[in-house]
Amino acid sequence: MVPTTYYLILSAILFALGVIGVLVRRNVLIIFMSVEMMLNAVNLTFAALSKHFLSLNGQVFMLMAMVVAAAEVAVGLAIVMTVVRHRDTTNIEDVNLLKG
Amino acid sequence: MFEYAWLMLAFPALGTLIIALFGTRLGKRVVGVLAPAMVALSFGVAVWLFVTLLGLPAEERSHEVTLWQWMATGSFKVDVALLIDQLSITMALVVTGVGFLIHVYSVGYMHDDARFPRFFAFLNFFILMMLTLVLANNYLLLYVGWEGVGLASYLLIGFWFEKPSAADAGKKAFLVNRIGDFGLALAIMFIWTGLGSLQFTQVFSRAPEVWGAGNATVKIVTMLLLLAATGKSAQLPLYVWLPDAMEGPTPVSALIHAATMVTAGVYMTARSAVLFGLAPTSAMWVAVIGAVTALYAASIALTQVDLKRILAYSTISQLGYMFLAVGVGAYASGIFHLATHAFFKALLFLAAGSVMHGLHGELDIRKMGNLRAKMPTTYWTFLVGAAALAGIPLLSGFFSKDEILWYAWQKSPVLWLIGLTTAALTAIYSFRAVFVPFWGQERDKKLHHHAHESPKAMTVPLVILAIGAALAGYIGLPRLSLIEHWLEPVFHGSETAAAVAGSAEAAATAAHSPIEWVLLGVSALVALGGAYLAYRAYVVNTDWPKRVRESLGWFARLVENKYYVDEAYTAIIVQPLKDIAGWFARTVDQRGIDGAVNGVASVTGWVGAQARKLQTGLVGLYALSILFGAVALLAWLVVR
Repeated sequence: MVPTTYYLILSAILFALGVIGVLVRRNVLIIFMSVEMMLNAVNLTFAALSKHFLSLNGQVFMLMAMVVAAAEVAVGLAIVMTVVRHRDTTNIEDVNLLKG
Repeated sequence: MFEYAWLMLAFPALGTLIIALFGTRLGKRVVGVLAPAMVALSFGVAVWLFVTLLGLPAEERSHEVTLWQWMATGSFKVDVALLIDQLSITMALVVTGVGFLIHVYSVGYMHDDARFPRFFAFLNFFILMMLTLVLANNYLLLYVGWEGVGLASYLLIGFWFEKPSAADAGKKAFLVNRIGDFGLALAIMFIWTGLGSLQFTQVFSRAPEVWGAGNATVKIVTMLLLLAATGKSAQLPLYVWLPDAMEGPTPVSALIHAATMVTAGVYMTARSAVLFGLAPTSAMWVAVIGAVTALYAASIALTQVDLKRILAYSTISQLGYMFLAVGVGAYASGIFHLATHAFFKALLFLAAGSVMHGLHGELDIRKMGNLRAKMPTTYWTFLVGAAALAGIPLLSGFFSKDEILWYAWQKSPVLWLIGLTTAALTAIYSFRAVFVPFWGQERDKKLHHHAHESPKAMTVPLVILAIGAALAGYIGLPRLSLIEHWLEPVFHGSETAAAVAGSAEAAATAAHSPIEWVLLGVSALVALGGAYLAYRAYVVNTDWPKRVRESLGWFARLVENKYYVDEAYTAIIVQPLKDIAGWFARTVDQRGIDGAVNGVASVTGWVGAQARKLQTGLVGLYALSILFGAVALLAWLVVR
């Protein structure tokens, strides 16, 4: 049986990858995907700990997070579509109308 | 019976509302009937109440009618209530009676004015407020009327506001009156804190017990009331607004600035007789101010060339007589003179208005002359009014003025002498106002050529008022003194108050003696002598006044320029105030207040300018700061 620690290390690596992706990439879709990766890394932690403590709370919370993520994707992609239509770009640096 | 007294106020209130709201749509004909009709109905109610009062025994002639409770906070309670007694009904009769005739006259006088309905809305409003003033049963409601007539006066003086002089005169009247109103407001507060009530009956029954004789509070209160009265009744030192108030339409001068509003101060002083009885010093001040004002204003009236201004100064002088009367405790005589003065001075003003009407607004008497040929009705009525004013025997002014002089003699022969000198001057200037415009040759041919008699709507009120001016004196014949017996119960309290104050002669007792007849003869001689002098000076020997003027030198110039009082007030009070206001506007307002507001705005702007630098537009940077924030938060949670 795989120890819980492994799951946690994997999820930490996934989360760190997500963070780096958000920070360094310019393409808005890649950033989006990185954010999803961070979310799922956390979901993995929930699932692992749920198993570890023999409690269903973690799993329920994970399902909840997935539903929220689905909703977020719908809204986020809609925004990305609009930006592309108006500015014909997916580069996040080019969308800076509110720059101070 | 008395519960219907509110109708007296309701009619002019209704008239004001209807004319103010629908006046322009109703048209001149309807407004011209409606406005006088409302005052006539009010007069009818007043007559009805008067007759009812006459039918009652003397001690039952005071009735209070509570309409509704006005305000009640804690122990402070004030009702909207009317006091119907001999004094208030006399005032109401004068206000509505003379007011009605002036309304009728105005229909003719203002006929070509574009703002005809507005004029009558204001006029009806004035009647409403004046009745509130005289019928109020407490000081606070009196104050409402007091301010209301001030407002009406302001609106009507500045009725032709396109003329800068009229607009300025309105402002001047209002501002000078504020000084007096301030005195009244303070007096009311003192009365409330001292006596716990503002209702006349309670104030006057409690005052002698609570304040007693020589109390400092009652002295302050009466001096403040005197200040209020000098403002409203145009006495020294606050008289300056009245001559300028002549910028208003002539019926306004007749109604507000001669017959009714300016007598409010006399009424209020007479109403507060008990308080003045407790403070003999203040009463003496009233008498002295009255006497000095009477002489002072009469001397100015002698030198003026503007017909309405002569009458204005004459009004100030006559009001001085009334103050003299109430000051020496002859309250009934003061009110008597008030009533007769209302008749003959309204008449004189309306006749002057008729002259203006016939001469296209000319008022300089030096340009008139021989007008009696062209305007006989105006001439005869003016003559009656002037003779009554001068105190020619058997006309109304003679009886009332003589009575005042008689009481003044009992108090102090000095006051009597001032009064008598004033009477002589009065006779001279009133006949000067008759002889110069109406007799002699026409001085301005063109003006004289166009002169014409006024329409019936104007001459009929003149004739009625002339009859009143001639006969009103017979209600107060010496010895018979109907009006004195009628008013006596109202002022009864002041005598007991004076007894508390310990001055035996404060209440003028009508001690008849042969001296009364001697003084009567002297004042009759003075009046006739003055009239004869005026005849010699202005008809027979017309360069005589010029020589007198030259021989007097600087004094004549001083009087002609109204003792430079207006100039002095401007230099001492108005100009410094303007300078201070200018300094405040430039320094405190523009730099201080505007500076504070602009300062707040620029600080906010600066903070914003710094804060906007955070919004770099680099999404990566935002994400990084979120990360750092999250890490810092976690670190804090772990380390804690």
